[in-house]
Amino acid sequence: MTINIKEIKAIRVATGAALAELGAERKDIVALDADLAHATMSCTFGEKFPDRFFNCGIAEQNMICMAAGLAISGFVPVASTFAMFGAGRAYEQVRNSVCYPHLNVKLVFSHSGLSVGEDGGSHQAIEDISLMRSIPGMTVLVPCDGNEARKALRAAVTFKGPVYIRAARLPSPVFTADDAPFEIGKAVTLREGGDVAIIATGLMVYQALLAAEELEKTGIQATVLNIHSIKPIDRQAIIDVARKTRRVITVEEHSVIGGLGSAVAEVLSEECPTALKRMGVQDRFGQSGTPEALLDYYGLTSKHIVETAKEVVERVK
Amino acid sequence: MTLGELQEISRQIRIDVVRSVGTAKSGHVGGAVSCAEILATLYFNAMKSDPALPAEQRDKCVLSKGHAAPALYSVLAQRGFFPREEVLTLRKLGSRLQGHPDMKKTPGVDASTGSLGQGVSISVGMALGARLHGSQQKIFAVVGDGEAQEGQFWEAMMAAAHYKLTNLTVVMDNNGLQIDGSNDQVMSLGDIKAKLLAFGFEVIEVDGHDIPQLLQAYTVKTTRPKFILAHTVKGKGISFMENQVGWHGKAPNAEEMQKALAELGA
Repeated sequence: MTINIKEIKAIRVATGAALAELGAERKDIVALDADLAHATMSCTFGEKFPDRFFNCGIAEQNMICMAAGLAISGFVPVASTFAMFGAGRAYEQVRNSVCYPHLNVKLVFSHSGLSVGEDGGSHQAIEDISLMRSIPGMTVLVPCDGNEARKALRAAVTFKGPVYIRAARLPSPVFTADDAPFEIGKAVTLREGGDVAIIATGLMVYQALLAAEELEKTGIQATVLNIHSIKPIDRQAIIDVARKTRRVITVEEHSVIGGLGSAVAEVLSEECPTALKRMGVQDRFGQSGTPEALLDYYGLTSKHIVETAKEVVERVK
Repeated sequence: MTLGELQEISRQIRIDVVRSVGTAKSGHVGGAVSCAEILATLYFNAMKSDPALPAEQRDKCVLSKGHAAPALYSVLAQRGFFPREEVLTLRKLGSRLQGHPDMKKTPGVDASTGSLGQGVSISVGMALGARLHGSQQKIFAVVGDGEAQEGQFWEAMMAAAHYKLTNLTVVMDNNGLQIDGSNDQVMSLGDIKAKLLAFGFEVIEVDGHDIPQLLQAYTVKTTRPKFILAHTVKGKGISFMENQVGWHGKAPNAEEMQKALAELGA
């Protein structure tokens, strides 16, 4: 595909707008936040439907279990906070009160990954995908742009059971088609090439597409696979691109331990052993900096993907 | 239901707890029998809990101190949610009666609990849910005193008061002991009543084994969420377990089981 940027919009802004849109359609949707409604953008829902919006204060553990109680009462609660506090601090509440009874709670946690930026390492969740996907019965979605974010939330509230949506903070290009299908468990092939497969998630999908354009100029044809559904993961799509290219790179704004790279490695090692390079945060913490400076420092830009792809193509004959 | 009948249900709860935990060779007797009267009065008096009613028409009870599950299973069985003899399957592989309450497995269990501090927050969500539905449903949470050491417990209390949940009643089984010793030795809770009053609850203190006092407390109409501070005795009704820290999480052996059942007149 040629990259067609329609607008610049933060994924959290898109999920906030989508939540309000869904709230107008369905009276059974309620929203909760933990004093971050103007950052997660759940405030958009709160302003339109104050009776169905609960600001729980800076008390994430209680918020997650309140969401569980509202789900038991028959509502579809959407709980928002930062990924650090929702997936991190309240991990056990998500595990025991939401997932153990498989309740119909949706978790939209924003400010994930390094691109939180200046707030620094204490606020940059780089383990949330790993934590959430290890819980039995949890669905994990990582939209790559505003369009996908809107579709992801719609798919999540339609789905019966716990769902985690990882939402990024910073404004980013909206480049996927309005009418592109979004299905939980289905990867999206954005570009086809036979030399290397770049499997990416979230904000890294756009970087992967830029890298593929660059690589084409040097004669390397790359497939770009967008994995917006980390769990369930599209095993067949991963196997297919591995068979076709024999070289796989994963890219995520998350630790390489337990995230997309691990999930892809699990599929490939069992079903189709393939040369694999996992790009992501290499078992270390983040730090303060602009999102752009951080992504560059930690090696997560299109430039780094191009370099890695060239190395892999060179190494694996 | 008469006082005598409620006393008999409480006695049967204690018998079931001893039998089921003794048979499983694992479980918590002390804190299960300390809330026998609380659960008997809730399920046979205060709550609409007839299994024949559709779930949404029944009142709800969250056993936040989930380790008291054997007492909950007994009262649910006596109420008719499942056959009484099933309590002897407690904690066995494949049983519907898990070590801690599991709403997906056990008929009549309103929330999955066991990790302390979480159930009471779930009850806050359920009380909000009932209000949003415009329902008259009442929500109860039975909590432990040791459980109040969890920070989340106070988050939940704050939320209940903030949302003015007059349809919520929290009953604390205040037996004074926890696994490692007395509450005061381990981590003192201080003046529980004063704390709850400061959090914005209506607090009613009762003897948690005095059925008329419990029944009276349930009927009090309040303009704030209600907290019943029920003073109880851990191991109540079994002389050698009463007020003994060691009986928090230990199962009676065959001899102890017979002795306990004899004391309970089983």
